[in-house]
Amino acid sequence: MTTHVLTDNAVLLGRSLRHISRSPDTIITTAVTPIAMMLLFVYVFGGAISTGTDGYVNYLLPGILVITIASGIAYTAYRLFLDMQSGILDRFQSMPIARSSVLWAHVLTSLVATTVSLVVVVLVGLLMGFRSGAGVLAWLAVAGILFLLTLALTWVAVIPGLTATSVDGASAFSYPLIFLPFISSAFVPTDTMPGPVRVFAENQPVTAIVDAIRDLLAQQPVGTDIWIALVWCVGILVVAYLVAMVTYRRKTA
Amino acid sequence: MTTQLQDHAVRVQGLEKSYQELTVLRGVDFDVARGSIFALLGSNGAGKTTVVRILATLLRADAGSATVNGFDVATHPGQVRESFSLTGQFAAVDEVLTGRENLVLVARLRHLTDPGRIADDLLDRFSLTEAAGRKVSTYSGGMRRRLDIAMSLIGDPPVIFLDEPTTGLDPQARIEVWQAVKALAESGTTVLLTTQYLQEAEQLADRIAILHQGRIIVNGTLAELKQLLPPAEVEHVEKQPTLEDVFLSLVGDRPHGDTGQHRNVGPHE
Repeated sequence: MTTHVLTDNAVLLGRSLRHISRSPDTIITTAVTPIAMMLLFVYVFGGAISTGTDGYVNYLLPGILVITIASGIAYTAYRLFLDMQSGILDRFQSMPIARSSVLWAHVLTSLVATTVSLVVVVLVGLLMGFRSGAGVLAWLAVAGILFLLTLALTWVAVIPGLTATSVDGASAFSYPLIFLPFISSAFVPTDTMPGPVRVFAENQPVTAIVDAIRDLLAQQPVGTDIWIALVWCVGILVVAYLVAMVTYRRKTA
Repeated sequence: MTTQLQDHAVRVQGLEKSYQELTVLRGVDFDVARGSIFALLGSNGAGKTTVVRILATLLRADAGSATVNGFDVATHPGQVRESFSLTGQFAAVDEVLTGRENLVLVARLRHLTDPGRIADDLLDRFSLTEAAGRKVSTYSGGMRRRLDIAMSLIGDPPVIFLDEPTTGLDPQARIEVWQAVKALAESGTTVLLTTQYLQEAEQLADRIAILHQGRIIVNGTLAELKQLLPPAEVEHVEKQPTLEDVFLSLVGDRPHGDTGQHRNVGPHE
């Protein structure tokens, strides 16, 4: 049975991707909110925000990418929830297939869909004047961080997808994730924030991740930020994966 | 493995299951002979679905044992899953995919060669060829159910579990499903079905067991069950058509009429 893990995964991935290609609104909706925020902050608030860099869009884009990921993974929870509700998950579970491939197919789908949304957001950023002289290696590093963050947050999304009792519940968990970048260095530098807020902002994962991406794109030395960012991503990934798997086993056995 | 075990497609012994405080099964025993149709009859909440989910390796029993096709569900879930197909209480079909894509999906997951041909054969058998390229979300309840059952037949599993296969269907769709189930048994598949409709058990089943308050209270053929009551008194009664007869003759498209001309469901004989 284990020899079929890859084929089963591929078949189920093909199914989920077909869902997305038949309702591309999931990718559009995922990109619309971050793009709207980007427009709002660049063209309305941006002029009044002093970031010490040239071009606010250059400062803002990394945070917008994090928000894109957070809104993209909400759909993973939603799709998984619908599979649970419709009974098709039971059908897959009762077939002689690798059981883990049912979850992995959803996770891989999330990676593909979120990547497309991220590309759309970056393209809009370019239209709005985002520029970076970063080389291939720096871009690869940025892609790596975004990939790892998407993977980690997708496994977080699997948990409500498996346990929610309503559609709203399945996606509600992503609201705090979308809000978290506001209390970080994503929109404004943390220097002007009052004491406790600043402490929170500087020590939560979004700041490390956003700073690392921003420095990579601006060809600045990334310092320790990138390691803190990676530790956060891997930490979230491991914890979320374990919790999701335990939840899955309990739900299905 | 004893030969006795092999004679039964399904064997359930002393099955118990509770959800927190609620005890659903209090020691359920029954056997299903190979190639027969066995109906588990019970009202809502009697525990029928719980029995099916345990047999389908989707739920673990608290006590007791169950084998499917000679394999223990607790110790050999892999082989059990190779031996049966489940048609759950709600048509477990992918709404976004077309009917044909649903069938191809299951054929691929069962690692069969030529999934396309398998899908086309089943579409034909279940009179879904015309709707094959349409999204399932546009299907009627009866079409969904037929697709659902067709998906369960892929790979020719020796045992099929049908959990309330006709709940929520209109009379025509119900008759279509019955025809499909009968055809299955004729081709040698063992069918375990749960139902809350007495008529359904009467129509289909070789043996009927009544699950009540977590136990099987009777188990036998229809004739045996009828003998449990005092012999029928002979009364002179005018034979009235049932409402179902009226309904079906008025709407006029009894799907698999007595002539057998439109009989498309089930394996070709």
